[in-house]
Amino acid sequence: MADSASSIRKLGHAVVDRIWRLGFAARFLVAVLRYSGPSFRRLPLTLREIYFSGVLSLLIIMVSGLFVGLVLGLQGYETLQRYGSTEALGVLVALSLTRELGPVVAALLFASRAGSSVTAEIGLMKATEQLKAMDIMAVNPIARVVAPRFWGGVISMPLLAALFSAMGVLGGWLIGVVFIGVDDGAFWSQMQSGVDFRYDIWNGVIKSFVFGIAVSLIAVFEGYDSVPTAEGVSRAITRTVVSSALAILALDFVLTSFMFRGTS
Amino acid sequence: MSDDILVDIQDLHFNYDGRPVLQGINMKIPRGKVVAIMGGSGCGKTTLLRCIGGQLRPTGGMVRLADQRVSEMSHDELYRLRRKMGMLFQFGALFTDMTVFDNVAFPLREHADLSEEMIRDLVLMKLEAVGLRGAHALMPGELSGGMARRVALARAVALDPMLVMYDEPFAGLDPIALGVIGQLIRKLNDALGATSIMVTHDVHESLMIVDYIYFVSQGRIVAKGTPDEIRGSTDPFVHQFVHAEVAGPVRFDYPAPTIVREFLGSRAHG
Repeated sequence: MADSASSIRKLGHAVVDRIWRLGFAARFLVAVLRYSGPSFRRLPLTLREIYFSGVLSLLIIMVSGLFVGLVLGLQGYETLQRYGSTEALGVLVALSLTRELGPVVAALLFASRAGSSVTAEIGLMKATEQLKAMDIMAVNPIARVVAPRFWGGVISMPLLAALFSAMGVLGGWLIGVVFIGVDDGAFWSQMQSGVDFRYDIWNGVIKSFVFGIAVSLIAVFEGYDSVPTAEGVSRAITRTVVSSALAILALDFVLTSFMFRGTS
Repeated sequence: MSDDILVDIQDLHFNYDGRPVLQGINMKIPRGKVVAIMGGSGCGKTTLLRCIGGQLRPTGGMVRLADQRVSEMSHDELYRLRRKMGMLFQFGALFTDMTVFDNVAFPLREHADLSEEMIRDLVLMKLEAVGLRGAHALMPGELSGGMARRVALARAVALDPMLVMYDEPFAGLDPIALGVIGQLIRKLNDALGATSIMVTHDVHESLMIVDYIYFVSQGRIVAKGTPDEIRGSTDPFVHQFVHAEVAGPVRFDYPAPTIVREFLGSRAHG
């Protein structure tokens, strides 16, 4: 009896704790937005973060995009040839990438490559009292450290997703046209007529922008809220990667259900 | 309040999670002096420093700094006041992604509207004062503990503050570095016309450089006096602390049930 009461209490405590953290994260987002002025007035601060989060993620994003495109080309061709419509390979690759794989896989990679490093950096700054030192020097750490990293991530994410998709299309073309021999003209013209800018590409950009906000917020929040010890920071990094992955996939479902409701 | 008192603390209380950390602290710190707050680990001295800097809001009482009530200030007012404060953290808290030069330049770039040439001159002057002008291009990771502390000291006084706070400035330093930091604290305080508050448990170094000492135990001031008064004190707490004795009013053992109950109690029951 006492055991079940204690497990119910633990469960209740865990739920309340999660809700409390969610509320805290929302308030944190408001604080980040409120103190975002310097991120734009002093552009070098944000440009530095775009370099660390975006430019340094280019290699993993582009190589992954290429491989995903290569696989899509192989799998797509294999399926399409059953129906004799291999010339539709271009449109299949492009739609898969711009609507889903580009934003989602790029965001997952971004969370593991850049999100985790942002959490580690902010968490270690907290553990070594650098954030406190800044605060006592009358420099707001949210404005100086957190907001530029948040905006660096938000700006980088759609650009990285676009590059991922572009590399994926190139990978699909390499496999389909160069190696298998699908007609080059058909590949590109079908893609051109089958992909709608607003419906497919723009919705993909919106998705990657939303993922960028989610991943960047989780990364800076987990770092700022981490327990300032070696173990605390390592737990925060793990939470960043796990929560980001779940947030990306859940948000993808919600956004997809709003954007593509069986109209095409 | 008289003009020569910079920090005036009256009946300061602070609770953490319902547990009293500070219980009625009264202190008056005159301008231009170096004052040490001493006590064992966990006695509440760092909390006291954080209440003076406005990083913690007291649960009772008042902290007045330069005729302003720190405990009732808004965020913006507090930040305006903090521009006139410097703080040295226990392990320096240097920004690890910046060079020594950029660390010292940080408060100047954030708060003073100066040209880069002027910032360069000021930074090199501050680094010269702590003997590290030649190390300006190094990264914090390339410095020894004592050097890092001196760079942090140069950064703390970059804006010529009226109040400099030191949180355990001597922790983890070798005897030479310890002496150097001690002398620097005194010299910089006098040269800048600042006031210094130092939280420490290093008795001998402190007695050599400070003007006045407060002893804190369990959130209360238990003794105070000039270094000479402290050396000659017969107060059991001061005596135990200054002479590093195990026996005295400060208990060495963490509270526990008696040995008999600890080892035989469970057997007796089980």
